[in-house]
Amino acid sequence: MLELQHIAKYYNPGTVNEMCLFQDFNLTVKDGQFVSVVGSNGSGKTSLLNLICGSIDLDAGSIVMDGKDITGEKEYRRLRRIGRVYQNPAMGTCPNMTILENMAMADNKGKFFGLGRGTDKSRIDHYREMLRQLNLGLEDKLQVKVGSLSGGQRQAMSLLMSTMTPIDFLILDEHTAALDPKTAERIMELTDEIVREKKLTTIMVTHNLRYAVEYGDRLLMLHQGRAVMDLEGEEKKNLKVEQILDQFNAISIECGN
Amino acid sequence: MDFLITIVEQGLIYGILALGVYITYRILDFPDLTVDGSFPLGAAVTAALITRGVNPYLTLLISFAAGVLAGICTGLIHVKFKVRDLLSGIIMMTALYTVNLVVAGTNNVPLFSQETIFNNSMLTGIFGEEIPGVVTILVILVVALICKLLLDFYMNTKSGYLLRAVGDNENLVTSLAKDKGNVKILGLAISNGLVALGGCVFCQEEKVFDISVGTGSMVIGLASVIIGVSLFRKLTFVKATTAVFVGAIIYKACVAAAIRFFEPQAMKLITAVLFLVILVISMERKQKKKLQLQEAGKGEHHA
Repeated sequence: MLELQHIAKYYNPGTVNEMCLFQDFNLTVKDGQFVSVVGSNGSGKTSLLNLICGSIDLDAGSIVMDGKDITGEKEYRRLRRIGRVYQNPAMGTCPNMTILENMAMADNKGKFFGLGRGTDKSRIDHYREMLRQLNLGLEDKLQVKVGSLSGGQRQAMSLLMSTMTPIDFLILDEHTAALDPKTAERIMELTDEIVREKKLTTIMVTHNLRYAVEYGDRLLMLHQGRAVMDLEGEEKKNLKVEQILDQFNAISIECGN
Repeated sequence: MDFLITIVEQGLIYGILALGVYITYRILDFPDLTVDGSFPLGAAVTAALITRGVNPYLTLLISFAAGVLAGICTGLIHVKFKVRDLLSGIIMMTALYTVNLVVAGTNNVPLFSQETIFNNSMLTGIFGEEIPGVVTILVILVVALICKLLLDFYMNTKSGYLLRAVGDNENLVTSLAKDKGNVKILGLAISNGLVALGGCVFCQEEKVFDISVGTGSMVIGLASVIIGVSLFRKLTFVKATTAVFVGAIIYKACVAAAIRFFEPQAMKLITAVLFLVILVISMERKQKKKLQLQEAGKGEHHA
């Protein structure tokens, strides 16, 4: 379970540009829940993810993960239990290393990176099998550098790599935004498969309202650091894109967008 | 012939330094100026140990360790105090000047009558009183080869993967739940260890330690890396660690050829100008390649 308690976050504190993003923001995500987060630009979606992962510091409040306060914990320590996929497909892989090397590194997450052989040969077949499930033909390109793959292929690999080892939380930061519609669809299906299969507690930020409605079992709409819509259960299941679109337009007009 | 052998000898020695520069410049993407201090650090440590009668082969290991320490300091300054990469190196380079003077005792230590890795009782035991000249280059070759093979091995370990990853996409290292700062410090440590080892061999080959030996070693290292890597870019079977040595030898040869026409004082100027020329040429090549690629792309569109 992930709990955000009384979170406050200011940008540019003490200057004329001071902006309060979150003030007394609270959110509880239950184990195994798949939360889609939507909202206009600047509504605090990505900041929310950054706060959870520890990429940025918060000004007040606390973050509790499974009963343990992780507010002061460094980003890399938190990420032991969290997998994260970014909007930019380049963020989740090493371009100058081969597919095999990337997979081998991801496979070793949470373990010691010592002087043992970087790629465990006995695991190669396993990697190949995982890549085959992507249906992108990557299983035959193990020695190809990841930098020469397309954005969609790299994002599929990022997703695979970030969920390869046992983790409890998955953070998706507009991970289909940079992809063409068809690839985005495929990545989204794959995401759903992985989340269901591994029973990951997931928070997905997206600009695609249809994905937000179709996938996940809870929907959160953020606006100026507040949750203006929070639906789960039956309400979420029966939700139509038009409904949230109306709400979305309402807040957009309010902002003058 | 002697002229050529000297070039290869020095090229191989500077190749060890270039291996270190390769780690920071190419793998970590960290322009590490500590090199100008850690190269003479290796030499200073060696001079101090040899004049005290320490086994010359042991100086190789101790110099490496000294370089590792220097690299760790640069890394700590950069990672823990968040000083910019270039400045961290400059701070350490400046500090090491004094350290080197203190370690060596003075700014010039002659080692002519001392035992070195090229001239010692073990070697005279094998080859007799007159050690053949070829032994020098053989010893250098062995040291260089060991460095290269160990580095090749390291780069294929889990730890080596992480080092390559931190320069490639440090974000991924964080995602793997590893502290990217520590990985950078590790890389700087290994790099400066190799650089200091280069200084150690250099000082024994020259049979003298001089405080000014470090000036410009960064440029030599960079030039070697850039020549080597851009020369062998297309030949994937030549490993970068080999290419770096070839680059160092070519660079030394260029400097040696140029120096014949100028006064010895012009040495550093020639070093710098040659480096500039190499930089510009390697950039032009890149641009040309880009243009070719663009044109190829256009061709495809028309077809």
